[in-house]
Amino acid sequence: MSAALVVGLLVAGGVFLLLRRGLLRIVLGFVLLGHAVNVLLVSAGGMQRRGAPLLGETEADVAADPLPQAFVLTAVVITFGITVYMLALARAGDPGATTGHPPARSDASSPADGSDRDDADREDADTEDATADRGRRTDAAEGGAS
Amino acid sequence: MTGGLLVLPVAGPLLLSGLLALVHQLRSDTTRLDRVVGPVAAGGVLVFAGFLLAATADGSVPVLQLGGWQPGIAIVFAADTFSAVMLAVTSLLVLVSLPFAAALGEDEDPAFVPLVLVLLAGVSGAVLTADLFNLFVFIEVMLVPSYLLFTAGGGAERLAAARLYVSISLMASTVLLAGVGLVYGAAGTVNLGELAGAGESSPAVGFAAAVVLLALSVKSAVVPLHGWLPQTYARTGPAVAALFSGLLTKVGVYAVIRLYSVVYGGTPRYLWVIMAVALLTMVVGVLGAVGEHAMRPVLTFHMVSQIGYVFVGLALFTAAGLSATVFFLVQYVLVKTALLMCAAVVEHRYGTGELDRLGGLARREPLLAGTFAVAALTLAGIPPLSGFVAKLGLASAAASAGQHLAVALVVGVSLLTLLSMVKLWNGVFWEPPAEDGEGEGAEGPAVDDGGAPAVASALGSRVRPLVLAPPVFLAAAAVVLGLWAEPLLTISTAAGAGLADPSGWVAAVTGR
Repeated sequence: MSAALVVGLLVAGGVFLLLRRGLLRIVLGFVLLGHAVNVLLVSAGGMQRRGAPLLGETEADVAADPLPQAFVLTAVVITFGITVYMLALARAGDPGATTGHPPARSDASSPADGSDRDDADREDADTEDATADRGRRTDAAEGGAS
Repeated sequence: MTGGLLVLPVAGPLLLSGLLALVHQLRSDTTRLDRVVGPVAAGGVLVFAGFLLAATADGSVPVLQLGGWQPGIAIVFAADTFSAVMLAVTSLLVLVSLPFAAALGEDEDPAFVPLVLVLLAGVSGAVLTADLFNLFVFIEVMLVPSYLLFTAGGGAERLAAARLYVSISLMASTVLLAGVGLVYGAAGTVNLGELAGAGESSPAVGFAAAVVLLALSVKSAVVPLHGWLPQTYARTGPAVAALFSGLLTKVGVYAVIRLYSVVYGGTPRYLWVIMAVALLTMVVGVLGAVGEHAMRPVLTFHMVSQIGYVFVGLALFTAAGLSATVFFLVQYVLVKTALLMCAAVVEHRYGTGELDRLGGLARREPLLAGTFAVAALTLAGIPPLSGFVAKLGLASAAASAGQHLAVALVVGVSLLTLLSMVKLWNGVFWEPPAEDGEGEGAEGPAVDDGGAPAVASALGSRVRPLVLAPPVFLAAAAVVLGLWAEPLLTISTAAGAGLADPSGWVAAVTGR
């Protein structure tokens, strides 16, 4: 029961964050979802038996199921690696991505998208980006307040 | 063939990838070594798959219980004809794609070949494993290098597409893992052999496995979960897109077919869902392609449409339907890669794939145009090419199962496919180039980002024949498989029979 509640809460939080703008929030949402799935995996092995699953040390009827624990260990490593990569993606290239700019489409290339920009006016455009960035940040703050 | 060797297609590429990465630390320039080791590894897996095809032809299933544990406890590798033919076609694609990427200069990143080898190991593992959690792990082993390959070359647009690609993949993987957890909770095992038929007999397992199928449907880009595919594949490196098209979504398709065949025992109860999704995917994919005006977006929408075709045979779940599905899958993977390679060559040489800025390439590049034409007609299903044999098989299987709507759509969507292939042909190869005003005479580089017609400004040399060797080879395979379909039909019939009645596979996996 408590495991179900924890999974429900984590999924709710994760989905809420996934639906927010900004890659950073999405990454945090995935972290929460990953935790939810890990709790689900552990509870799939049964929550009653909690003993360390060691032959000769623990009775079979109190030993926990080791298989889901191995699943969780594998899943944690994979999720961790991908999370770090996503954070790198959020940092690389368009600085607006972390703050809530939706992924750019090529056919609707906006000035802040940066895909067809010459080297000469890169500095100019970067300052533009920064201003646009600040604008977005206030937007997001207002959105959060309302 | 003994089952113990089944670990080779996974371990071999992984080991070589690690060794290459080590050598990269010691020596500065390893491009030449990379260009030898990569194809050698892929060729090795291809040869292995050939032996596996011969060994499984009589219906026997080589099995490896990893670590020598008892059946039921060990992680199991098993190969039937379906696994073997998937292994063969994916390794063939890697073998062809590596020299192609090298010819286009997309393998400049020193990590390129090691990453492709890890990708190959993941795909091999995914088609050989008989364990649900292991399937999840191998899909991740396949996806992680794909994230890195996706962004190779960089650029703001590609990074933006990569964010979408990684997010969607991670979402699907999370759902997949949750599904595996639910299956374990409901059935107490993730061994596919032990799970045989459980999806049909137990509602809890059936629901849990449906969560897994949902996640795999995202990976195979089935409508309504297809939106990410045209958004992302059209924006990665052209040669990388050609490589991905044959490997990533196809593993999702393979897993859906395998799971439905084994875990649900092909129960007719849910077949209508698969049929509805398959028909919707065919129609929506092809209609999406009509609205696009550049080579790769059109081709990636057709990928979605063709995946619908593959699922039509699964939705029939007759031996004829399943063998038509296997035949379709194999020939379509080859042809689609050939088409995407043609698009990659055009984009690489002329700097764009947009139809408005291309034209008249048939005269400049007759070999490229011919290759594209053969592959496009194969995709549309014109006799005597292999696409015709595949669609004929699907249509006749659907007709004998009484699914008349499916027959009508298989034929109708082919017409729309032909229409949009003709559009590509006209726009890129046939019509005279769009008004060559300002671009004329400008001896600029081939890659110009202005609005000028790309062909007019791309003076100088044509595409080197060597670059065209991989797509020409794949298009030739389409012709050969159409005119001399017998060997592949034999293989696909054996694979279809094994899927329609998976008891031999299940018995081998469980050791009972």
